[in-house]
Amino acid sequence: MTKKKLVVIGAGMASGRMLEHLLEGGGPESKNWDVTLFNGEPRGNYNRLMLSPVLSGEKTYEQIVTHDDDWYEAQGIACRFGEQITQIDRERQVVVSKGGETPYDALVIATGSAPFIIPVQGKDLPGVCTYRDLEDTNAMIAASRPGAKAVVIGGGLLGLEAAAGMAARGAEVTVIHLMGHLMERQLDPSAGYLLQKDLERRGIRVHCKGATKAILGKDRVEAVLLDDGTVYDADLVCMAVGIRPEVRLANDAHLEVGRGIVVNDQMQTSDLAIYALGECVEHEKQLFGLVAPLYDQAKILAETLNGNTAAFQPVQTATKLKVTGVDLFSAGDFAEGPGREDIVFRDPGRGVYKRLILEGDRLLGAVMYGDTADGSWFFDLIKQGKDVSDIRDTLIFGPAFAAGGAAANPLAAVAALPPEAEICGCNGVCKGKIIQAVEGGATTLDAVRATTKASSSCGTCTGLVEKVMALTLGDSFTANANPPMCKCTDHTHEDVRRMIKAQGLKSIPAVMQELGWKTVGGCASCRPALNYYLLADWPLEYRDDRQSRFVNERNHANIQKDGTYSVVPRMWGGVTTPAELRAIADAADKYNVPMVKVTGGQRIDLLGVKKEDLPAIWSDFNEAGMVSGHAYAKGLRTVKTCVGEQFCRFGTQDSTGLGIKLEKLLWGSWTPAKVKLGVSGCPRNCAEATCKDVGVVCVDSGYQISVAGAAGMDVKETELLCTVPTEEEALEVIAAFAQLYRENARYLHRIYKWVAKVGLDWCKDQIADRATRKALYDRFMISQSVYQTDPWAELAERPADWAPIKTLTLEAAE
Amino acid sequence: MTGTWTLVGPLADIPRQGARVVKTRNGCIAVFRTAEDEVFALNDSCPHKGGPLSEGIVHGTSVTCPLHAWVFDLNSGTAQGADVGQVPTWPARVEGGQVYLDIGQLG
Repeated sequence: MTKKKLVVIGAGMASGRMLEHLLEGGGPESKNWDVTLFNGEPRGNYNRLMLSPVLSGEKTYEQIVTHDDDWYEAQGIACRFGEQITQIDRERQVVVSKGGETPYDALVIATGSAPFIIPVQGKDLPGVCTYRDLEDTNAMIAASRPGAKAVVIGGGLLGLEAAAGMAARGAEVTVIHLMGHLMERQLDPSAGYLLQKDLERRGIRVHCKGATKAILGKDRVEAVLLDDGTVYDADLVCMAVGIRPEVRLANDAHLEVGRGIVVNDQMQTSDLAIYALGECVEHEKQLFGLVAPLYDQAKILAETLNGNTAAFQPVQTATKLKVTGVDLFSAGDFAEGPGREDIVFRDPGRGVYKRLILEGDRLLGAVMYGDTADGSWFFDLIKQGKDVSDIRDTLIFGPAFAAGGAAANPLAAVAALPPEAEICGCNGVCKGKIIQAVEGGATTLDAVRATTKASSSCGTCTGLVEKVMALTLGDSFTANANPPMCKCTDHTHEDVRRMIKAQGLKSIPAVMQELGWKTVGGCASCRPALNYYLLADWPLEYRDDRQSRFVNERNHANIQKDGTYSVVPRMWGGVTTPAELRAIADAADKYNVPMVKVTGGQRIDLLGVKKEDLPAIWSDFNEAGMVSGHAYAKGLRTVKTCVGEQFCRFGTQDSTGLGIKLEKLLWGSWTPAKVKLGVSGCPRNCAEATCKDVGVVCVDSGYQISVAGAAGMDVKETELLCTVPTEEEALEVIAAFAQLYRENARYLHRIYKWVAKVGLDWCKDQIADRATRKALYDRFMISQSVYQTDPWAELAERPADWAPIKTLTLEAAE
Repeated sequence: MTGTWTLVGPLADIPRQGARVVKTRNGCIAVFRTAEDEVFALNDSCPHKGGPLSEGIVHGTSVTCPLHAWVFDLNSGTAQGADVGQVPTWPARVEGGQVYLDIGQLG
């Protein structure tokens, strides 16, 4: 009997596995096939997954070849490597290549995928590569000389393996990633943070939220330019931003193609004689990039070709990153969704993060970092859809507990510790010492801290110390009176601030991981606070997280009860001009502003502006020379002034001028709560300076600077901070005091509340000391170098972001 | 799946941990995107005083109303904690990077 002709296009991992199933284990039927294998690459099947160990030098190409010449020969496969198929003629059942026409009875398309190239200027320069095949790998190996600079665009699975491989060969590697954290498809922000920390420890620089604008260079690549203006020098650029199914042949042949070549459960395309498998196919609207489902497809297709019935059923897949020493695991579905619940476990000391996602009684997904030993056990539970309600309480502790370990009572775990177990690593305090202190009369956390130093440095062990106290004191133990920040953590605001500085935590996921947050993404109360603490403490390194801001600061306008906004342009020191007033009047007309009102801080408020009009009205004000008045900000609001000596017969100094100078110095700075200033030109105090957060009263001999006034829920007169002889000193004192407040107060505490806590005398001491004052002033100016920008100018350029994403009312209107 | 799915736009146009609104004949619908790219659609009006939920802070699968800090579960639209109230929800899904809503007659 004549053999049937099988033509396979593409010698990737899927087709290699399919040929094995078909020819080796396929029974008598399998001998009926006469196979011709085409491949665009000038070689046969190799394990593409193992390119990363080749790149890092842990393996050679020879070691990753899966099928060698002998194997092809033994199976009787005609190899046509380095020969691309240019056309499929379905009518005549032949494929066309430079070697002529090859007829087929059955055709398998296994063209895989092509790397996605971002369409930026410079993408075709020599030195720009992707990460797909041996050529790419060799290019990266050649470029990874010690000291060479490499930039990897894309912080997904492939990009990070490329980065780690080149770094292992001595290159200085920078990873640019568009999203907020690495591997965002497999990891949540906390695990992404730990991964980034691990990579940075290996000397790989990571730049998240980075959009590539252009690749620079004359004759070959020299640098990469990002949207935010950052430039990274580069001798080599690797683009690893994603792949897309290679469907050109199928398209040209008019097969049914969606995002990939559409196949049924038997891997059959819309043409009964043509099959497809691997990364180029689409099955029930799904694409496949991981190897496990591709191997399943290979098996199904071999069965189909051998005349057996089999159906492809996609299964859950698990991800691991092939970077030596990095332990991460993610499996199943970990998106949040209806009825889903999380169990979170964090061990900051060991850099461990585990998160399980449950729906009802079933485990849906798992993300683990740092300790992935139980990964396969969880993966099994996910695949089997097992009822886990019985073991739910201890599920996160893994199979050892589920098999009947001790109950996971956190107090029991502490009780089981021997007296010599270390509780506070910073100060080397063991459990026995704390028990001794408590029995010796230290019954409050502060007392324990004072006598043993336990938890007095970084503070991470505070919870443990309290548990030891609770065990020792029994019912008479009362937890720290200062309440925790919110339900997401046991730490107080003060402790969190201290630990952010002490531990050098520079992102929200970093704080949540290292301080053991109990929720996945915080809440509306802790996120804005953390965002503020981070930007106040690390002005040059931290990037503001817009989504962690309250609506007014996110939209740079105050929301009103009906969902409209109020817009307040800045009027320096309360002084305006006819031209500005005309611009305000024009804007009020143009945007149908229902109310124009003068505020208590000597500004003009346009109330009732629609959200989608905000960018346009800002742009109009910018054109008239005005910037945002920050009337919405936990930051400097207004400096209210009287007219001063220029016009007033009682004025002793230029109070208006000082007010303008103060406002120009302080505007744009973020503070724990709003800050309002007043400057009066004489003790008659027409600017009502003595009920402001900071008030200046001018006198003949200089400037009386008083602080901590209030005129809201509480009414309180300011208290004198100091008196200075010159305007220059007044400016320095006030900026330094603002910085003292920024660095020490807890979020949402106005100055008067904070001063009541720390004491005015302490503030006076800080400001009186010249060196301290100067250092505070310098730190304030560093922060201003970043944050003193007009948000209107920046946001007015993106009007689309402020409009509805879609309007469905038009038809009804017609 | 039953119902009529209306395309509203690319997922990328909705910020993570944020929302955009869809204007309909019967008021706005807030389309939320969580940190993990799940989408949810709720009427953009708090049952308390009508606050625009789309402007709230999104945390986990909850949103906190910007006006008086009521918290709603995005799955069910139910108010959390001591507050009692319910926001109508609409089926939402993402396919090929595009967000679709099943809002029946409103679409």
